[in-house]
Amino acid sequence: MKAVHMIIETIDLTKVYGMDGVSVTALENVNIQIEAGDFVAIMGPSGSGKSTLLNILGCLARPTSGKYILDGEDVSNLDKVQLAAIRNLKLGYVFQSYNLLSHTTALRNVILPLLYDRTRRVPQQEWQGIGEKMLEAVGLGDRMHHQPQELSGGQQQRVAIARALINDPVVIIADEPTGNLDSRSGEEIMGLLDTFHKKGVTIVIVTHDPIVAAHTQRTIHLKDGHIDTIVHNGSSLHQIAKKEADYAAI
Amino acid sequence: MQPSEVLRIAWEAIGKNKVRSLLTMLGIIIGVAAVIIMIAISAGTEATISDQITSLGSNLIYVSSSFSRMGPGVASSSGGLIYDDATAIEENISGVKGVVVEQDASETVKAGSVSLDSISITGTSPDFLSVRNLTLAEGRFYTADDITNKKKVVVLGFDLAQELFGDTDAIGQTILVSTTRLTVVGVLAEKGTVGDVDYDARLYAPISVVLQKFAQTPFSRIMGDQIRMIFVQVDDTADMDNVILQTQILLAKRHNVSLDSLDFTVTTQEDIIATQESTTSAFRSLLAWVAGVSLIVGGIGIMNIMLVSVTERTREIGLRQSIGATPADIRWQFLTEALLMSLVGGMIGTAVGVGGSWLFGTVSSMRTVIVPSSILLAFGSAAFVGAFFGFYPANRAAQLDPIDALRHE
Repeated sequence: MKAVHMIIETIDLTKVYGMDGVSVTALENVNIQIEAGDFVAIMGPSGSGKSTLLNILGCLARPTSGKYILDGEDVSNLDKVQLAAIRNLKLGYVFQSYNLLSHTTALRNVILPLLYDRTRRVPQQEWQGIGEKMLEAVGLGDRMHHQPQELSGGQQQRVAIARALINDPVVIIADEPTGNLDSRSGEEIMGLLDTFHKKGVTIVIVTHDPIVAAHTQRTIHLKDGHIDTIVHNGSSLHQIAKKEADYAAI
Repeated sequence: MQPSEVLRIAWEAIGKNKVRSLLTMLGIIIGVAAVIIMIAISAGTEATISDQITSLGSNLIYVSSSFSRMGPGVASSSGGLIYDDATAIEENISGVKGVVVEQDASETVKAGSVSLDSISITGTSPDFLSVRNLTLAEGRFYTADDITNKKKVVVLGFDLAQELFGDTDAIGQTILVSTTRLTVVGVLAEKGTVGDVDYDARLYAPISVVLQKFAQTPFSRIMGDQIRMIFVQVDDTADMDNVILQTQILLAKRHNVSLDSLDFTVTTQEDIIATQESTTSAFRSLLAWVAGVSLIVGGIGIMNIMLVSVTERTREIGLRQSIGATPADIRWQFLTEALLMSLVGGMIGTAVGVGGSWLFGTVSSMRTVIVPSSILLAFGSAAFVGAFFGFYPANRAAQLDPIDALRHE
């Protein structure tokens, strides 16, 4: 049995925004643990701090105090350049509005993260092959050379998911991934995320939609910058296996 | 990020807004073309002037009267060059090929019913044609004999002959200059205007006749006949400095002045060309600056469009940041775009400038000389302008906060 690998661990994570002498505490002493292979939803009303938490977990912002340990590395005090490298290597983003480059083919969009990879430096001649494989994995093998404006919303989000996965990140961070989609396309996207989760991809998803949250194993509810409740959404096979592992560890 | 990818992204970004990019580049195109054309025109003018000056004979030394020693007012009554100075130079200085004297006058000229006022008369000696590099259209020039015997003969400039006699043959005709009758023995070939002297609109008479009839100076019996200028043609270019020095020593002795307070000046064609060039080069740099201003205006255009572009593409910047672009990556991307735009503009501008210079030289009467360094200068300034005016927008893009950028509508 393999030991549990912690992907995300926050210790007393606090974020204070200071504006003109008035400081607003967006997050206060938030402690979260997300293990490899977890599928976690973060919910909460607006102002609960979920965007702030997402930004910190996504290495787009730094906590005011507390620690954020990502894949065993303390990233709370890294500078802009180091954070950019972390985002490139360890994180994959899926946005509500897809954020694909217009007038650029699906394939070019998918391989975009490879352009900014300074660590692994995948040879340029391999990019296309990798990109094609990722697009096939999200079911868009026949749409590689289409531009975003020629794709449906659901297809665009699939391209975005392929882009998020191309650098083999330790966690996918999805911000309302179904927010701009009709319910059918939304279900398809959640189904796709389920598929990747089953393959072992760790996913954190921010949503206000309970149906979306129901796809996950755990839902972290935030309220006023604190964790309100953590709800376990039934037990998948995966989870049971993991719990057995936990017991074995004891 | 690989430079090839940076270039590719920049090129794609420019391509996405073709019309806008082209209009932005227009400023640079005009600026670069203007620099090249302006410099080509002034270089052409310079070359024309220098050609004209050298066309008036080669290896020439100009000795002219100067009265600086005397001060103004008293000047014309004493000092200066006299006719015998020329003879002395010819006889005493080695390496001299020919000596020509000139004295000018201005008189009314009549031929038949035609009467012309204030026609310039050049009194000169037989070597004039060879020393000043002029040729006859017809007839002959006056000889040493004509000078000695003060023969009343005259050679007409080309245009003057036309004005006085039209299509009828001027040779053998008589003209009345002031009150003196002169017989036309020759007509010069066309030469045009060099400096401010129109060689075609004047007449040329033996120096002895001019000094006696048209340019009498007071005291000439005592001091000798004053003349305006002596042209000394030197055999060998290498001998120029030597002849200049000998001339100065000889004339200083004859005029009884010391070498550091000469009452005459000695110049060469090179001096005159250099003087002309210093005038035109001042003019040239003025033109270049004016053209440079349009380059700066072009640069501001680029900055403006780049700022618009950064704003328009804020979300794209945010996305690139979120997938791992560093501030430096973003800065390079936009700087490259600005640079590429100004370089492409510079290339088009160079083509337009070279083509325009050629066209201008062909169509107009002005001569243009395309100076290779001007292309380099124009192109270099375009690149500099691109980098300079691209930096601020690029830096602004680089400093965007990824969260704000992603949220930008």
